[in-house]
Amino acid sequence: MHRAFPCFTPVAEHSLLVEFGERIDRDVHARVLALDTALAAAPSAGFREAVPAYASLLIRFDPLTTDHPAVEAHTRTLLDQPLAPRSPTPREVEVCYDADLSPDLAEVARATGLSPEAVIAAHLAGRYEVYMYGFAPGYAYLAGVPEALHMPRKAAALRGVPAGSVLIAGPQCLVSTITMPTGWWIIGRSPTRILTRDPARPFLFDVGDPVRFRRISRAEYEAGRND
Amino acid sequence: MTDAVLEVLFAGPHVSVQDAGRPGLMRFGVPASGPLDRQAFAAANLALGNPPDAPAIEVSLGGLVLTCRSGEVGFAVAGGGFILDHAAQKRGSWTIATLRAGEKLAIRPGHWGSWCYLAFAGALQSPLWLGHAATHALSGFGGGRLAAGQVWTVAGTRATREGAFPCPVFARPRHDLRVTIGPQDRFFTPGTIDTFLHAPWRITEAWDRMGVRLAGPQIAPEAALDMLSEPILRGSVQVAGDGVASVLLADHQTTGGYPKIATVLDCDLDAMVQLRPRDLLRFTAVSPAEAVQIARAEAGRRHRYRETLTRP
Repeated sequence: MHRAFPCFTPVAEHSLLVEFGERIDRDVHARVLALDTALAAAPSAGFREAVPAYASLLIRFDPLTTDHPAVEAHTRTLLDQPLAPRSPTPREVEVCYDADLSPDLAEVARATGLSPEAVIAAHLAGRYEVYMYGFAPGYAYLAGVPEALHMPRKAAALRGVPAGSVLIAGPQCLVSTITMPTGWWIIGRSPTRILTRDPARPFLFDVGDPVRFRRISRAEYEAGRND
Repeated sequence: MTDAVLEVLFAGPHVSVQDAGRPGLMRFGVPASGPLDRQAFAAANLALGNPPDAPAIEVSLGGLVLTCRSGEVGFAVAGGGFILDHAAQKRGSWTIATLRAGEKLAIRPGHWGSWCYLAFAGALQSPLWLGHAATHALSGFGGGRLAAGQVWTVAGTRATREGAFPCPVFARPRHDLRVTIGPQDRFFTPGTIDTFLHAPWRITEAWDRMGVRLAGPQIAPEAALDMLSEPILRGSVQVAGDGVASVLLADHQTTGGYPKIATVLDCDLDAMVQLRPRDLLRFTAVSPAEAVQIARAEAGRRHRYRETLTRP
């Protein structure tokens, strides 16, 4: 099944899906971000919002003001222009790997043939980037888990996993924001708030931001959590 | 101007505070939330002279019982055909009345519909999240779910007219849902898409604010596990790997890796949610251009109805 990209698909009366590929890939994602940035700078008439994902951007519009062909035409003119330079802000997420906060660390170590300390070192060495949000408010999917730590999802989800859990599966990492079931591997806990409680900037990351993890002690974790 | 203090005596599951929703944040994993039936919600507010987006209570088939501890407040109920038991009188939805200190108001399912809206002539005092009272069910963020024992205040209560107001035809349950095919229809064979469009479907009990699961033929996707997560919309018809279809609603996940065989027109969703479990529905494919025309025509009808509510 070969499709030509970018691929435009109208959705219901109010949206246009623009796809740039079918893989998790930095170059493909860079094109998603470039269009997202260009649209934010020059929205079409009736523009409502854009939702970036790994390889696609969904554009929602007001069907009383515009329609799919007009939005597609506007989008094509943006794609023809040179890429505007993005200036993403590096973000830091603190993580404590103490055993009771990282219930799957030993299993990940066994499965990867590494020591728990080597798993931690590999996780900290990863250069992550926010590829998209999804699932729940503030659930940011960070691509960039080093290959040595790529683990398939667990066969069954674990219930009641607390907010702040640092989870990995395949090339992806995320920091949970609410208590949820998950089939991902829990390798640490973070006091860093992705839902910041700051009305001016309610979410820590923008899609496209680079992210590093920084190891903290238990005392720092407890202090950060009580902030 | 004074306050009315209300106590919740009983609240069924999925009864929550909603305003018109917090749009524009899907990129951060936040769906708009807001009322499942936006037309009935706005009608209840407008009938009282409120702005159409004022916080109100969304009542599920589980029902709601409130008592007024102090003060008095006009209220309106719109949405499905629920039964209001209040002040020794039984009335239907699409009614305005006054709840006085010591009185009880019970809202229970009637002959049709799955959701109704209880709005107050005044300002329902509600916690906000990101500036909105709309409750996101999964997290509980926003105004929140109602539970027995809670006390809610309506500030600045006003006297209102009383009596019935018209239930428009478009507020009735809709069994024929118009869809555009896709955006991930490439994961389905033409025969499967044909089955999707021609089979009768049923609403199931697996229904919450995130979505409703349908009963019908298996329409399993081919090789769907290869699909990357893509944005999801209110109205997406998502098919899980086992071939079971769901229609996603106000509190949908914003991205996901199950293919969407079709997308229900947004203007058909308010009437769809007034179907009940076991009700039949069908999907009819329209082109994107037809979808825009339909949306514009529906918006015109709704605008004209709203004008009748706000006319002095």
